[in-house]
Amino acid sequence: MNWGVITPLLIFLFIIFAIGFWSNKLVLKSNSFLEGYFLGERSMGGFLLAMTMVATYGSASSFIGGPGVAYTRGLGWVLLSMTQLATGYFTLMVLGKKFAIVSRQYKAVTLIDFLKERYQSKTVVLLSAASIILFLFSSMIAQWIGGARLVESLTGLSYSTALFIFAFSVLVFVIVGGFRAVALTDTVQGVVMFLGTLILLIATIKAGGGVSNIISDLAAENPNLISPFGADGSLTPSYVSSYWILVGIGVVGLPQIAVRAMSYKNSKAMHSAIVIGTIVVGFIMLGMHLIGVFARPVLPGIKIGDTVMPLLSMKVLPPFLAGIVLAAPMAAIMSTVNALLILVSSALVKDVYLNYIKPKANDGHIKKVSFSVTAIIGIIVILFAWSPPDLIVWLNLFSFGGLESVFIWPVIMGLYWGKGNKYGAIASMIIGMGSYILFDRFYPNAFGFHTVVMPIILSLVGFVAISLVMKPKVSDMQVGLEK
Amino acid sequence: MKKTEAPLDKRFKIAHREALIGVILVIINFIWWYGFSYGLGSAKVEDYQYIWGLPAWFFYSCIVGTLLMIVLVSLTVKFFFKDVPFEIEEEEKL
Repeated sequence: MNWGVITPLLIFLFIIFAIGFWSNKLVLKSNSFLEGYFLGERSMGGFLLAMTMVATYGSASSFIGGPGVAYTRGLGWVLLSMTQLATGYFTLMVLGKKFAIVSRQYKAVTLIDFLKERYQSKTVVLLSAASIILFLFSSMIAQWIGGARLVESLTGLSYSTALFIFAFSVLVFVIVGGFRAVALTDTVQGVVMFLGTLILLIATIKAGGGVSNIISDLAAENPNLISPFGADGSLTPSYVSSYWILVGIGVVGLPQIAVRAMSYKNSKAMHSAIVIGTIVVGFIMLGMHLIGVFARPVLPGIKIGDTVMPLLSMKVLPPFLAGIVLAAPMAAIMSTVNALLILVSSALVKDVYLNYIKPKANDGHIKKVSFSVTAIIGIIVILFAWSPPDLIVWLNLFSFGGLESVFIWPVIMGLYWGKGNKYGAIASMIIGMGSYILFDRFYPNAFGFHTVVMPIILSLVGFVAISLVMKPKVSDMQVGLEK
Repeated sequence: MKKTEAPLDKRFKIAHREALIGVILVIINFIWWYGFSYGLGSAKVEDYQYIWGLPAWFFYSCIVGTLLMIVLVSLTVKFFFKDVPFEIEEEEKL
């Protein structure tokens, strides 16, 4: 065991727990358990909002997987990762004030609430709940595995012990604290991610003997490492550009991000969140991926990409600092898992149970059900992560793109196109999901683009066409949404 | 529904304009990013220019591009984004 590294990590976990218990007191005091637990009562200020979006979005892949790929592919992968800069401002600007106003009118607490009120359709609700549960469940398991692997590599404990420690801390925390706890710790985690990136970037440049030195070492090894086309020349402009859709603008359709766009206090909070979010996302994405590339001359010959980050931190930093830096991916994974767990349990409790099974439950009953559902999901996830079935791994691979194809148009068109109706939404969700699976299986990277591009185009066509063909009765139309 | 339609329209007008600004910013971001990376980066690696030790295409596309977007986003938020109340109750008080 490497106590020099583990001590700062334990301190970090302790702080996170303290915040969880403190915010739980606030939730128990608040008037509506449901809004408090799942939404933090729409009370988030700008800094909190920006940080919670960054922390939710920045996951295991930004800190472990991404730098690992950058290590093998070179600067071309950093270029690709910068497509994520748009998430910092685009999501909040486009969902923006309209989403905030409309979701308050609807009294919506989750993305599904919004869709339910907008389209007045049981099918839309059940389709959304099903895709959220299916995709987020599996991506949660993947994050969980990542977290356990990190604990494993730091402590030398066995995988199952590491998984247990990691899962236990996350679960206790989410169950007692709910959304507000998640948002608050996201802030701490976001700050840790930011500092961790800064420290490691500086240390790596120093260890490599300066930027010019590192770049010429890279060019001497393989000139393509410093070109935009990747080490083997396989990163074509059209493929890299399509990441603008997958991780840039498509993020609007991710339920875990969208729910944050309805939870802020006022428009001032939104304005400062846009600016802070852009700065933090830009810095973390650029920094982390650049670190991955710069690690190559410093630490040559690493075969498994996922180990680049931990190995590098322990090599270029004194143990205590390494502990702080490695708290960053830990923070990223924890905050993503927290958010997903809350989201899946809100889909089950709020959107299915309260809507269709027991609509008249009182606050005490809801509280009991929310706690136990969150706990049960958590335990099932642990069991799956223990020995992940192949299906889960496969589902997780397209969880991002799949969710985007399902939700992007029902959300965007629901907000900005008065003529959009439930038939269009249902068609677009089914086409999005179906064509994503088919393209992924039979024609991945169609026309040189990432797989996500075609399904998003097809589901847009489906939404518009079916909405125009199937006109609903006037009574179905939503008041206040037409311009 | 007894919602007052007129003030709602006004808030939505602001919201629509700001969403459009978001779209425009993404387009600017994309053009800058694509133009510099593939414009300068497509040359032979031996012919690359370097700024601060980094290849020029990367410096302009990723470093300057990120800073540029941060500045643009801050400016648009400061000068073009308007404060609007979100709650109906607040609206009625006005």
